[in-house]
Amino acid sequence: MDSASAPFDSALFPEGVKRCKFKWFLFWLAVLHGPLMVGVIAMLMCWGLALHVTYLNNNYPFGLWIAADLGIIALGAGAFFTGFLRYIVNIEELKNIVNYAVVIGVVCYAAAQGILGVDIGQPLRGWFIFWHANVHSMLTEVAFCITCYFMVLCIEYFPLILENRQINKLRFFHGMAHHLHGAMPTIAAVGVFLSFFHQGSLGGVPGVLYGRPFAYREGFLVWPWTFFLFILSAIACGPCFTILVTWITEKCAGKRLVKRNVIDILAKISGRLLVLYLVLKTLDTVYWVAIAGKAGAPLSSFYANQPFGYWVLITELGILGVIPAIILLNAKARQNENILIIACILNCTGIFMNRWIMTVQALAVPVMSFDKFISYRPNWVEYASTLMFVWLGAVVIMLSYRYLPIFPQEKELNPS
Amino acid sequence: MKEVHHKADEHHGAHEKTYKYGMVVDLDKCTGCGACMVACMAENNLSFRKDNSDRLRSNLWMRVYKISNGRPFPDTDISFIPRPCQHCEGEGHHHTPCVSVCPATATDYSHETGIVSQVYTRCFGCRYCMAACPYHVRVFNWWDPTWPKGMEKYLNPDVSVRMRGVVEKCSFCYHRYQRAKNKAYAEGRRELHEDEYQTACTQACPAGAITFGDLKNPEHKVHKLKKSRYAFRLLEKLGTNPKIYYVSTRDWGRKAGEVYAGEEPKGVTHVTHA
Repeated sequence: MDSASAPFDSALFPEGVKRCKFKWFLFWLAVLHGPLMVGVIAMLMCWGLALHVTYLNNNYPFGLWIAADLGIIALGAGAFFTGFLRYIVNIEELKNIVNYAVVIGVVCYAAAQGILGVDIGQPLRGWFIFWHANVHSMLTEVAFCITCYFMVLCIEYFPLILENRQINKLRFFHGMAHHLHGAMPTIAAVGVFLSFFHQGSLGGVPGVLYGRPFAYREGFLVWPWTFFLFILSAIACGPCFTILVTWITEKCAGKRLVKRNVIDILAKISGRLLVLYLVLKTLDTVYWVAIAGKAGAPLSSFYANQPFGYWVLITELGILGVIPAIILLNAKARQNENILIIACILNCTGIFMNRWIMTVQALAVPVMSFDKFISYRPNWVEYASTLMFVWLGAVVIMLSYRYLPIFPQEKELNPS
Repeated sequence: MKEVHHKADEHHGAHEKTYKYGMVVDLDKCTGCGACMVACMAENNLSFRKDNSDRLRSNLWMRVYKISNGRPFPDTDISFIPRPCQHCEGEGHHHTPCVSVCPATATDYSHETGIVSQVYTRCFGCRYCMAACPYHVRVFNWWDPTWPKGMEKYLNPDVSVRMRGVVEKCSFCYHRYQRAKNKAYAEGRRELHEDEYQTACTQACPAGAITFGDLKNPEHKVHKLKKSRYAFRLLEKLGTNPKIYYVSTRDWGRKAGEVYAGEEPKGVTHVTHA
């Protein structure tokens, strides 16, 4: 790189790669800080003025925040699952995307915890969940596993920071990064264990609500069927989200960062898991209809109120389930980048919709015969404080991409 | 009516007496006057706002619903359903819906009294218990608690006020139970008389529609009333095993206990909430 035209922070860039000028980098950071600040204001309103500033109410104690939380954690499953495939199943090619999957995972899990902090309205009391833990509650399991797994993700992210060109020159940090890399299979295994549990427990959160026939599922021992379905759906969509974010990053950077064969492996695995998920989800749906009917709630009662008509079921399983599964299973379709990205978007939207259904729609369906259907839509405070973590995530990704060696194939794909 | 397995008996030895406090509400007597709601608010220090008309966000431990048979005049008939916390016991492998889900053990089922309590100082506002309760008995403090100037001097000293961001609900006026127990102990008794422990709503009801007592005690009125052929409970099919029994001689009125089936039960139109 010509030192005269190189950005002044180029000494911090990974070896042999190009980055945009620092002023453009600052400009985009400033642009992101606009909506981010709106989110900060919304968050402070929630904490300072109490949660009446939202559209949540006693009928809808869960709203956008909880649905987003469950959705983001499912999308972040790409981190642990790619780590599992790379370090435990030992798929060598995935070393070229596993770093980025970790960055995305850190962003997702930090966002999930941040959103929960806003949702409870009193984050200073958040530690009660650990101190007065009720071992029978699925949410307790979620809290412990998510916190522990976030720590694991930070440990996985840490060597990437140490591999910054300047930090890595220091012998101590170089050695530390090296040893941490050596321990990565063990760390990944711990992450996989924790992730399976919290993804499942998140499924258990609505699944154990036997007072809500829409959400309730029978299951195996203490785990409702949703426990297993949430794990499966998370690992079916997580890789697609990794592909999607990688594609967006490539578009923003204006260059290819990961080889197609790496993306193809993730897409293929995602497709197969999605098919398995759809089969089990269909069986679960059939069984659920029978069980709910026994409790006096026919299927029609769940879809009697707009906006939650039958279209919800058809969209979730058909348009956002079967279509991406067909695309992801077809090698030719996967080769077409546009079609692949459409499949990834559909898959990720489907999982998000599933989480919305299992939380918000579950509360929307009246249970007492003299209950009335009440509609809910989030207000700007809920949107802004949720999206705040998306913008914050974008900032973390921008910084990571600029200064850390995340993409091992970047140099090879973009010779100077 | 289905007899259910009593978990409290499992948890206490034969020497330790347990109670199962509950209510029987006669819907044929209830006029929907709302005195029970007012008494509950005053007794339990429920905060309210200047405009308290938003029922979805107001603090009501006792709420009266109004239902109708949906028939045109002159056959129109209405009924009111007072709905406090149902103090579910759960049955089979199910615990009380809200107790088992609370991650911070902020709500508890007393095997001594059968009362579901709420520990406000432990609640951190996740609202999972509200999602678990199909009766909407749990309310969240969306605002800081406030009362009109001067009214705070009339707050009940036996009941703690709740801060914003915590969930609260009917406690069967548990402080009255404690007070009655203390008095009995002071007098050298272990047992309470039926009239020694009564909830505020029970005492306030001018029509005598609410009867409160130990459902297990044959000497208490509720023990007999709950066995009425017209008695029913809300959402019995779900297995929540609530301790609030309702009595209605009207067939359409008893359908209020059914699970929502996508439409109002035949012949019933649910007009509004009182």
